[in-house]
Amino acid sequence: MAIESAAPNMASEPAPLPDANGHFGPYGGMFVAETLMGPLAELRAAYEHFVSDPEFQAEFDTDLADYVGRPSPLYLAERWSRELGGARIYLKREDLNHTGAHKINNTIGQALLAKRMGKTRIIAETGAGQHGVASATVAARLGLECVVYMGAEDIERQKQNVYRMQLLGARVVSVESGSKTLKDALNEAMRDWVTNVDDTFYIIGTVAGPHPYPAMVRDFQTVIGRETRRQFLEREGRLPDALVACVGGGSNAIGLFHPFLADTSVELHGVEAAGDGLDTGRHAAPLCAGRPGVLHGNRTYLMEDDDGQIIATHSISAGLDYPGVGPEHAWLKDSGRATYVAVDDSQALAAFHTLTRTEGIIPALESSHALAYAAELAPRLGSGKALVVNLSGRGDKDIHTVATHEGMAL
Amino acid sequence: MSRIENRFSILRQAGRKALIPFITAGDPTPEVTVPLLHELVAAGADLLELGVPFSDPMADGPVIQRASERALAHGVSLHDVLDMVTAFRASDADTPVILMGYLNPIEVFGYQVFASAAAAAGVDGILTVDAPPEEAAPLAEALHGVGIDPIFLLAPTSGPERIERICALASGFVYYVSTKGVTGAASLDLAEIAAKLDQIRAVTRLPLGVGFGISDAERAATLAQVADAVIVGSALVRQIEVYPDDPRAAMAAMTELLGSMRTAIDAAAPQAVEA
Repeated sequence: MAIESAAPNMASEPAPLPDANGHFGPYGGMFVAETLMGPLAELRAAYEHFVSDPEFQAEFDTDLADYVGRPSPLYLAERWSRELGGARIYLKREDLNHTGAHKINNTIGQALLAKRMGKTRIIAETGAGQHGVASATVAARLGLECVVYMGAEDIERQKQNVYRMQLLGARVVSVESGSKTLKDALNEAMRDWVTNVDDTFYIIGTVAGPHPYPAMVRDFQTVIGRETRRQFLEREGRLPDALVACVGGGSNAIGLFHPFLADTSVELHGVEAAGDGLDTGRHAAPLCAGRPGVLHGNRTYLMEDDDGQIIATHSISAGLDYPGVGPEHAWLKDSGRATYVAVDDSQALAAFHTLTRTEGIIPALESSHALAYAAELAPRLGSGKALVVNLSGRGDKDIHTVATHEGMAL
Repeated sequence: MSRIENRFSILRQAGRKALIPFITAGDPTPEVTVPLLHELVAAGADLLELGVPFSDPMADGPVIQRASERALAHGVSLHDVLDMVTAFRASDADTPVILMGYLNPIEVFGYQVFASAAAAAGVDGILTVDAPPEEAAPLAEALHGVGIDPIFLLAPTSGPERIERICALASGFVYYVSTKGVTGAASLDLAEIAAKLDQIRAVTRLPLGVGFGISDAERAATLAQVADAVIVGSALVRQIEVYPDDPRAAMAAMTELLGSMRTAIDAAAPQAVEA
């Protein structure tokens, strides 16, 4: 089993990664133009200062409790587990957070940092719109100007979230370059940042980008794993046997996994989007079917062609539709500590319906990928075992997509 | 002596400033690039910057982004770009050629293999926009090994420590990014640029080029008074969009603009520094 081959430095201590320049083994780093190196150093210094500042931590914790509604419940999906006939499946209910997904944990943290750094303007990139909504939300609350970059194609697919952001006072900028999707929105946000570094804070929504973003976003998201660990110990008096989470950029997965890295008895399973199937090439599974390269400020697994050009991705879930992945996941894959699999559109859709009908919970299409794999894993682990799935978001935003896919006009 | 070093040394002796045009390889079509390079030399280019198209040009403004997209629509790869340099070298053995682009195509190529292929093609310098010194050491080593100069950027946000560190690693010349922003940005603060160049000159004897946002002959001439080289990209590439169906006319407009910059730079009194 993969766990046995875990890297020795992960055996007991919390992993001392990344290194000073943001490297997770060969991955991560700071691959940006010189103009951004100064601002990244400034961000790193501010983050390192405030992360150990009790006042900052107290404010973060209070916001998570009173504004986000944490801790989110750990829910035993009894009926679904019984139907599958294997390990008990717990759901970490990030879908119950304010704004409906785990994204808000990170935007709360980064917005508090922006405020302390004296920045008056927030920018963000978004694919499905969840991170854009979470950014617009915290900007509204703190009275900061907010600009969200979104691919023209995604704007067309996610009109409701666009309007939500506008209601919250954000300006949504349509990105017309490249493939007009999430990766291009990220390029455009970087261009804005390099032009307006003096007053602008760029809130990246996932554990990718140049150092310190992968580490910083991870640290803000580890509240998921820390709560899960405590809640599970209280319920079961032991640790879970496996954790399952979907991986696009990978922030909800790393948030769940990270506090368990040293617990080598706990299997970690990341689930990528296989789209139409890995063999069709129409997917978004760089860890399963890509190779290492450099994009968006870090070295990681990518979807690219033989000339090193980034290629178009496909997934029914806009939040997983990204050609890269956080560098720490690349490292966890190579080290063997976590395993990564891929689930295709139709499997994810089936899981979407199953959870909705058996538990009365409509999951996000992103999270449905994790659910689909959990449905395979639970019988394999067998009864007496228990696993936790990160239910990273709620599915209200996806109802149109599902209906359209099934030939229904709402 | 490298071709770049040699060219700057000749210019310095003649009391002249270098003019460096940038075009994207394969824009608007692959056939245009080599003849265009020769025409730019004829119009007064001292060195040439050839952009390697990339799907995600994070540091570029809309003009160069679209140039990349046009080239990629023709499937122009890094291999093709090296072939273009080989073809250019067949009838120009002296004008230095610098490739400018992003790291990933070189990662896929393999640093060592790429360095050897680039040297064989007659490439003189490589500027990878997204490889700051923190990440560039392995590539720089491979390039030095074959006599190619790794060209590094300095920016308004580079502090004294970074300036020293980057100048220690750089060779050929140092590329100063005139403004916070992407290529083709609008505003330039000459006094600020001059002050920063003085700061850089205090730690290096390498020639200093200035690029980003140099849109006309007047700006080129003004900057040439404080820099050793003036780099012009978006203003030239924009002509391709002015004549979308007529590459000949676009090329003529580009050489005319470059020629006007050449004239203005040479006419400006070389020592009349007032920033």
